Amino acid sequence: MAAFHREGAGEGSGPVHQGIGARLLRKEDDRFMRGRGEYVGDIRVPGMQEAAFLRSPLAHARIEAIRIPPALRDHVFVAQDLQGVAPIRADTSLPGFKSSVQPVLATGKVRHVGEPIALCVAPTRAEAEDLAAEIDVDFEPLPVVHDMLQGRTPGAPLVHEHWGDNLFLTTTADVAFEAVREAVTAGTAVSVTRELRTSRQAMCPLEGRGVVASWSSRLGQLVVWSSTQQPHIVRTGLAECLGLDEGAIRVVAPDVGGGFGYKGILLPEEIALSWATRRLGRPLRWLEDRRESLLNANCREHHYLITVYADTQGRLLAIDCEATVDSGAYSAYPFSACLEAGQIGSILPGLYDFPHYRCRTFSVATNKPPILPYRGVARTGVCFALEVTLDALARKLGIEPTQLRFKSLVRPEQMPFDNIAGRHFDSGDYPEALRRAVAAIGLEEIRARQRKGEADGRRIGVGFAMYTEQGGHGTSVYAAWGIPFVPGYEQCQARFTPDGALELRIGAHSHGQGMETTLSQVAHSILGVSHDRIRLVHGDTAETPYSTGTWGSRSMIMSGGAVATACEMLADRVLAIGAGLLQARREDVGIEGGWVVGPSGRIAVGEVARTWYRRPQDLPTNVNPAGLELTAGYKAKRDTGTFSYAAHAAAVAVDTATGEVEILDYVVVEDGGVLVNPMIVDGQIIGGTAQGIGTALYEEVAFDAQGQPLASTLSDYLLPGPAEVPEVRIVHMETPSPYTRFGQKGIGEGGSIAPPAAIANAINDALKGLGAELLVSPITPRRILEAIARADAPVIPDGAMLAEGGQRSDPGPREAGSDSLPEVPDSLAPGPAGRGSASGMTGGEGA
Amino acid sequence: MKPAAFDYVRPSTVAEALDALRGTPGARVLAGGQTLGPMLNLRLAQPALLVDITRIPELAAVTEEADGVTIGATVTHAAIEDRRSPDPTGGFLARVARGIGYRAVRTRGTIGGSLAHADPSADWLACLTALRAEVAIAGSGGRRRVPIAGFVRGAMETELAPGELVIGVRIPRLPRGARFGFHKICRKAGEFADAIGVVIADPDGSCVCVSAGATTNPPLMMKTVSRRFELGQGASRSVPSPVAPETRTRNVGEGQGGGDSQASRLGVPPTPNPSPQGGGESGRALDARVLLAAAGFAGDTYDLALHAAALERAFNEAFAP
Repeated sequence: MAAFHREGAGEGSGPVHQGIGARLLRKEDDRFMRGRGEYVGDIRVPGMQEAAFLRSPLAHARIEAIRIPPALRDHVFVAQDLQGVAPIRADTSLPGFKSSVQPVLATGKVRHVGEPIALCVAPTRAEAEDLAAEIDVDFEPLPVVHDMLQGRTPGAPLVHEHWGDNLFLTTTADVAFEAVREAVTAGTAVSVTRELRTSRQAMCPLEGRGVVASWSSRLGQLVVWSSTQQPHIVRTGLAECLGLDEGAIRVVAPDVGGGFGYKGILLPEEIALSWATRRLGRPLRWLEDRRESLLNANCREHHYLITVYADTQGRLLAIDCEATVDSGAYSAYPFSACLEAGQIGSILPGLYDFPHYRCRTFSVATNKPPILPYRGVARTGVCFALEVTLDALARKLGIEPTQLRFKSLVRPEQMPFDNIAGRHFDSGDYPEALRRAVAAIGLEEIRARQRKGEADGRRIGVGFAMYTEQGGHGTSVYAAWGIPFVPGYEQCQARFTPDGALELRIGAHSHGQGMETTLSQVAHSILGVSHDRIRLVHGDTAETPYSTGTWGSRSMIMSGGAVATACEMLADRVLAIGAGLLQARREDVGIEGGWVVGPSGRIAVGEVARTWYRRPQDLPTNVNPAGLELTAGYKAKRDTGTFSYAAHAAAVAVDTATGEVEILDYVVVEDGGVLVNPMIVDGQIIGGTAQGIGTALYEEVAFDAQGQPLASTLSDYLLPGPAEVPEVRIVHMETPSPYTRFGQKGIGEGGSIAPPAAIANAINDALKGLGAELLVSPITPRRILEAIARADAPVIPDGAMLAEGGQRSDPGPREAGSDSLPEVPDSLAPGPAGRGSASGMTGGEGA
Repeated sequence: MKPAAFDYVRPSTVAEALDALRGTPGARVLAGGQTLGPMLNLRLAQPALLVDITRIPELAAVTEEADGVTIGATVTHAAIEDRRSPDPTGGFLARVARGIGYRAVRTRGTIGGSLAHADPSADWLACLTALRAEVAIAGSGGRRRVPIAGFVRGAMETELAPGELVIGVRIPRLPRGARFGFHKICRKAGEFADAIGVVIADPDGSCVCVSAGATTNPPLMMKTVSRRFELGQGASRSVPSPVAPETRTRNVGEGQGGGDSQASRLGVPPTPNPSPQGGGESGRALDARVLLAAAGFAGDTYDLALHAAALERAFNEAFAP
């Protein structure tokens, strides 16, 4: 389609470029920056009352009795009241998956602190909380699974008794792994083994979850305003749990103050309110407070035991990994308890080309809140595990970590490339991204500065980390996982209004992505309609086509493709009418700058629309009666996703007396394919990087041995602020994807993936003279001082792996280059204690 | 979370406030509300009555005397940061105020509220202890002044009896030529401290050092005599960058020396073998860890490392050239 081209910013003397590629200011910021956004908390429905939940104070206990004062009985609801309400099930079709049943209100027993037990309704939230305080629950405490490795141990308490163990799922990927032993036997292999952990975190969107539920007897319809990024999926989930037709439910997602994955989850609270509004005959509201949010929005908790093999030149031979994910008590709807572990096996090979691979994953049920997908999903932990271990290997080989990577990165001439785990990399130049990062951070200058030493006595270090970010992956990928939804074609409903303005309706949701602007840019590129006459309608199941929503860095690919397709079809109809009005042949007219231009004249696109609606007597006789309103669908040429990628580089200064870390410089070289709005992409990268810095240095919800979360306010749960996030220096590359509508790739999550690995590598580089390594995120001052104090602690042998049940087995492959293998020291004997404290991950080198 | 129901009064005199406190058992005083507010929301505090003292003119006043200044209990951190009230320390108070929480917290939070709450990791508690300030208290039995070191009994525990009210804090003037250093270690800008070191040095080199932070203990006060860099010489590091150089160290202005009896009354052991010599290599290098241990520091090795570093850096700051 000729009309569709990427305009160069500032080219020529024509009108200001506002199409694809323009750094257009965000349309939605006018209301956001003036405080005029409309969130669930701004919704007022006449007669609305407020809800509060009585939540479990214990991580694992049997409910013996719930006593509700009789006077409150009409305002308090417990599980037995919810007749006809089905529990939440989020199963996968992966073989061996064990299903969990998540009750809307606790039934029989509670499985994590914060699990809702009773719904309390009152005129105000404070009064509803007063009611909750009046309820008495008798608990019989049960032994607690407070840690995923403990949960794998034989004889551990059972979260779901009938399972017989605590494993949602185990997976194994093996590609010719045994063959690496030949290199080991021949003495041409070097290896390192590391044990790493990413701590449990809480997502912290500015706005927590919120629900207003109301029943319309006129429409026979439940109307739910929900702070969600997936309104259509919430509707499906509500329909299944409430036993209603989907048409009897309308879900509206108004302005949403950040999603990051948390807003994709169907919550028990949404179901409880939806049920209770009918029962009580009045609208109800629940607004999650920060304490509830920190309890609910858990994510990120992974454990890795990983061995990386290379030849003596540093070229990668193999990766062997055992990954454990703390999945929490339930499989959350719709992404399931296995999204993380399910992805680890395919993401772990990174951007590298090597011949031997093995990865086993364990998704472990624990007495903690369900683990939920957070921006980056499994990639952040995988990147941390692999990239930190690669740096350890480089140190062992005595080469620059960047040189180690250059030897094994997939090369541009190999693209498109099917990697060892079956991922199909669409396009890109990975080595070039790393070269640019090396230049931008000034690796040589930093090395020179390190040799000189710092006047203030701190140690400085530099670290790199790379990743690919699969985005917009579709039908084939999700069909293989078999979770409750599988994305298919994405649709856009496009129409001209009688005054010649353009309306675009999409089922995805924009909550920070700036889609009201970027999709307008797509439409503008095709139809030339000015931005103030393009309106994006989203976030309402009654007004938009079905969509699985905004997740997985998919919207610019999928909704962008759907908008482009719909606008092209509209253009075709506009041209047909316009040609008639211009008395020209169809093939002689085209759209230029918002005009239908023919050999002898032109007519504005909007005027064509006005003619269709207001002056049909002027239309050509053979006009298409379907008019200027249509629905179009889109799917990428290949649905395995785009692979944007990046090289992050961090320079840090570490104070070895206090463990304080200062980020001196931070560089991101990112290739997101064709950038629809580079300014918005910059914002995505900066915001993601800030969250990644949080993972790297600050954010942690620790749990004690009773399963009690130790961070329930933002004074305990530290988020990076303006003083902690440096200015991120961004270098763009633009390698188009061959599979998407205009070469764009998904980039929404990338910023949050690499910072933990890049910063850990920088810190480990700074501390390498002390022999200290940091292998647990967040890297707190305490962990740094402990690592320094432990620097001469015993090592574990390379190749040591956890056996079934979480116990360390004999080392597997003996790595070459080892004179002898030390015994596993007693301090690392199996069991939760031997696994080391949360801050005491260990590593070892065989040589 | 929303607070449990409470009543609210806003008296206009100290006497009315004391009446209100006396009349309702369990009543709580509300000043800036920066700690009490969250405690109410989390229902950690469920008082029947809140007595809002922010409209009592007497408590917002600052009174200058020849040898000191009394700052009213409801004077905000921001007022001190902005030097809107007389400062008997030649800039030390403003320097400390600037690092408390965030500006939004400082515009509401009060010096009296901070002392009454007695969080051991709070900035005021540590620095006012080093300044040998006294807390002014009003109660039904009249008014009294208590040295801060005696006012704080433990974490969040004070001498205040039921029905009593902190009405101000009296800070003695620092003598001309005195030096000060303050170093706070915290996880991120605006957070409560993991460790605070405060050093106030008289012109003759006698120093009061205070170490405070995220332990369950009230601030530790120690005395030593030094000229320069004797403390922590082996591990000295630069003054942290967030501090503008011009405010790091100041010789203070007019005024007479305040008493130094508080530290000795605490029974804090003086530094062993204080060096009478100043500067260069002649001074005996003291280790902050030794000093802390001698003063009975309680905490794990991590706490000790941070507290020692904070103290050393405060010392280095005080004696920076």
